[in-house]
Amino acid sequence: MSEWVAVCTKGQLIPERGVAVLVRDQQVALFRVTGSDEDGDPADFVYAVGHRDPFADANVIARGIVGSVGHGADQRDTVASPMFKHVFALATGECLTDPSRSLPVYRTWIAGGVVYLHPVPVSLLVA
Amino acid sequence: MSSTHPTLASNDDPAQPKRLVVVGGGMVAHRLVEALRDRDTAGRWSVDLYCEEAHAPYDRVALTSFFAGQSPEELVLPHALETNPSTQVHLGTPVTAIDVTSRTVRVQGRDEPYDALVLATGSSAFVPPVRGADLPGTFVYRTIADVQALEAWVAERGPGITGVVVGGGLLGLEAAGALHGLGVTTTVVEFADRLMPLQVDEGGGSALRRIVESMGVTVLTSTASAAVHAGTDGRVASMEFADGSTVDADVVVFATGVRPRDELARDAGLVLGERGGVVVDDGCVTVAADVYAVGEVACIQGRTWGLVGPGYTMAEVVVDRLLGGAATFPGADTSTKLKLLGVDVASFGDAFAEAPGSLEVTYADPVVGVYKKLVVSDDAKILLGGVLVGDASAYASLRPMLGAELGSDPNAWLLPDGVGARVTGEFPDSANVCSCNNVTAGSIRESVSCGGCTDLAAVKACTRAGTSCGSCLPLVKTLMVGELEKAGVTMSNALCEHFEFSRAQLFDIISVTGLRTFSEIIGQHGTGRGCDICRPVIASILSSLGTGHVMDADQARLQDTNDHVMANLQKDGTYSVVPRVPAGEITPAGLIAIGRVAEDFGLYTKITGGQRIDLFGARLELLPAIWRRLVDAGFESGHAYGKALRTVKSCVGSTWCRYGVQDSVGLAVDLELRYRGLRAPHKIKLGVSGCARECAEARGKDVGVIATDKGWNMYVGGNGGFTPRHAQLFAEDLDTETLIRTIDRFLMYYVRTADRLQRTAPWVETHEGGVDAIRAVVVEDTLGICADLDAAMAAHVASYRDEWAATLADPDKLAQFVSFVNAPDAGDPDLSYVTERGQRRPATAQERAATLIAGVKLGVRA
Repeated sequence: MSEWVAVCTKGQLIPERGVAVLVRDQQVALFRVTGSDEDGDPADFVYAVGHRDPFADANVIARGIVGSVGHGADQRDTVASPMFKHVFALATGECLTDPSRSLPVYRTWIAGGVVYLHPVPVSLLVA
Repeated sequence: MSSTHPTLASNDDPAQPKRLVVVGGGMVAHRLVEALRDRDTAGRWSVDLYCEEAHAPYDRVALTSFFAGQSPEELVLPHALETNPSTQVHLGTPVTAIDVTSRTVRVQGRDEPYDALVLATGSSAFVPPVRGADLPGTFVYRTIADVQALEAWVAERGPGITGVVVGGGLLGLEAAGALHGLGVTTTVVEFADRLMPLQVDEGGGSALRRIVESMGVTVLTSTASAAVHAGTDGRVASMEFADGSTVDADVVVFATGVRPRDELARDAGLVLGERGGVVVDDGCVTVAADVYAVGEVACIQGRTWGLVGPGYTMAEVVVDRLLGGAATFPGADTSTKLKLLGVDVASFGDAFAEAPGSLEVTYADPVVGVYKKLVVSDDAKILLGGVLVGDASAYASLRPMLGAELGSDPNAWLLPDGVGARVTGEFPDSANVCSCNNVTAGSIRESVSCGGCTDLAAVKACTRAGTSCGSCLPLVKTLMVGELEKAGVTMSNALCEHFEFSRAQLFDIISVTGLRTFSEIIGQHGTGRGCDICRPVIASILSSLGTGHVMDADQARLQDTNDHVMANLQKDGTYSVVPRVPAGEITPAGLIAIGRVAEDFGLYTKITGGQRIDLFGARLELLPAIWRRLVDAGFESGHAYGKALRTVKSCVGSTWCRYGVQDSVGLAVDLELRYRGLRAPHKIKLGVSGCARECAEARGKDVGVIATDKGWNMYVGGNGGFTPRHAQLFAEDLDTETLIRTIDRFLMYYVRTADRLQRTAPWVETHEGGVDAIRAVVVEDTLGICADLDAAMAAHVASYRDEWAATLADPDKLAQFVSFVNAPDAGDPDLSYVTERGQRRPATAQERAATLIAGVKLGVRA
């Protein structure tokens, strides 16, 4: 149950646009975000959150628009659900526009151009 | 790489948390656990919550929204309970006994130990002892199961049935609203002499009655129920009253109050109140050590409370005590504001003017259906309470002023309108603005002045104000704006936090600088990564400037999903497809082709208001195949997904109509082909009527054209939708060439200068000088930009290509049309459909839940 699963290649991820993957019965949204880290070095992250919009009850999160809130060190990467435009923090899954619901967050690992996903969601509070 | 969870502390660990058992899973229990999880940062407590209902804690106050289409899942309170490893929620698991000596609770035959116990068992609906009150067709109104059973019963009995609600209080009116909404002819029966006797006075009661009756709900007051009678089928058929009269009733709902669920406490030997409820001290502690009671089951300071607000306060008191504090219950705020049957009703403070010497100031307008009363101190300065019926907009401002000086003539607060304008933000910091979440004016100000919040969403997220019922939001906003102004922050026209410019300014910047990628634009003129507001705006501007396909790499990440996949997202995550049908003119072969596609792909079809055909239920991965067929049949994108030209609606005009004076269809086809694909700040619709009878409803369009016997009249700035507007006359008796040139310039000027999501009507209204000034620009060329506008439109017309045809020719773009990148042929397995009126539509949450229980899939199409 707890092993990592290869889900796609990095090349299949369009920068700053999501894709969904089906891992066992879970639908997970992946977002590749490029930019620079706080030291100004090039950085490339793959975020993984639940694909299901908890407000709309539809599997659409991967089709949202990637963005950010805050500036400088406080900048957080986000995705806005296409359904009702709820904005979620990609790193924690919390909804920034209505904290009553959140997305599950998954760990990812990139090795050899392959994106791996750990299919057990990281609990908001354990993280 | 690490892939294991932290192991749980072993039993002999001295740091092992103490165990809290919560009995009951209602809103108060939920609040208690949530507050404990927030504040118990040291992990001193683990929690086991036992809930009799099979649902996770849900918003019982919003129960009626179930009838407005909210599913039980949507009522469920925030999920914090499930995500904490130290909190176990046991649904459908009642506690059957408690033993305060051995400090255990009995669950499913086991004895579970506790270090602290909280009783939050709430209340059950009280059904008066009238004969027949248990017949099939009688209901109470308390749980999700109750409302589901009620809805099922009404659905089964079919339309045109009658119903009686016993009880004209808050819950009774909610139930009446639900029945009325289900099409049941409804009578409300109240024992007291008015509706909502506990909350409103006589004047308020009669205003409420007038409004409720005007909706077609019958109200009987001072009426006692005697019996419920069954029909020959054994089901409820009529209701008899104490005076011997009867009314027909196919369904009866009892909303006659609640009784505390105190049986566990009684059996355990705890002290109960005279009218039930577990007696607790001001710290919510029962007679037994470490046993607390909160919410509706607690009898505190001599009485029980059937409101969620006091329950939340008790929950906070217990959390403080569990963490070593000594908090006490400060007394309850009984203020209420509700919308019942669409009527605003609010009651706060000393609503019945019981304080000695208090004065009542009332305002009533029976015609409009408004009643307002303020209770003030004998010098008319201090606000003591009030009742608002029909218009409770002043509630959010007034309730925090309880006990404070009104600062102006009380009458000023009661007159219609302008209340908000009088609220100056001079509330004391201690005033409780959001009573659901106990947020004071001070904390809202602080979130702005110290917390850096600059918009309503941030203030809500930071303080939780307005996140429950939302009635205080106008006041929260007033306070926020006041605080921002104090800090010298002026509300700017910035698009979002990433760009300090308006859309029109950005359009100029991009057009002048020649920047053509989002990265360059945000790098040089903005900050951060952008968001769902600025990205589509930039995409639209780039598109208006004619820079390539919507799916090209740089633009792809800017597009809303609709623009990105060139279809319209629907509620279940599938899309709808609308081929362009210029002017609504379509050949029989075209109709057949569309019909075949719909049939072959199992799409729901509906004729749109824009004279074309919408095909619903297309899964993402099927869009290319659907469009391959449509393109082969000669169709092209209808841009129904874009902020772009949608349709040019027409009447049949002189082609067939015996009144038509011009060829409206021909002109409409020309216009639609000319402007198709034009990206704009918002959608654009046109209409062309062939005579003054105006069958194309052209004056409801952004640009309307109406034939005259001398040519065409042109109108601008009309729209339907949320704020319908009639278009205004722009130019008269134009020949076709002049007409098209004028429309070209009008549209292009709009595209360049309007704000994000601003349709032509508000653009015309807010344009300096209004429609006359715009006419001067596009007809008389006062700004000298007409040549530029003409050239821009000519470039658009010349560069138009069908986006769908282009996509089908590009394998890289086609590769993006998959639901799952690791399973390109799979569709979303969660989709399910039911057939209605011969077509399939998405199953509702209830239908899906029913399917899961039955273990059968409803006609899911692979």
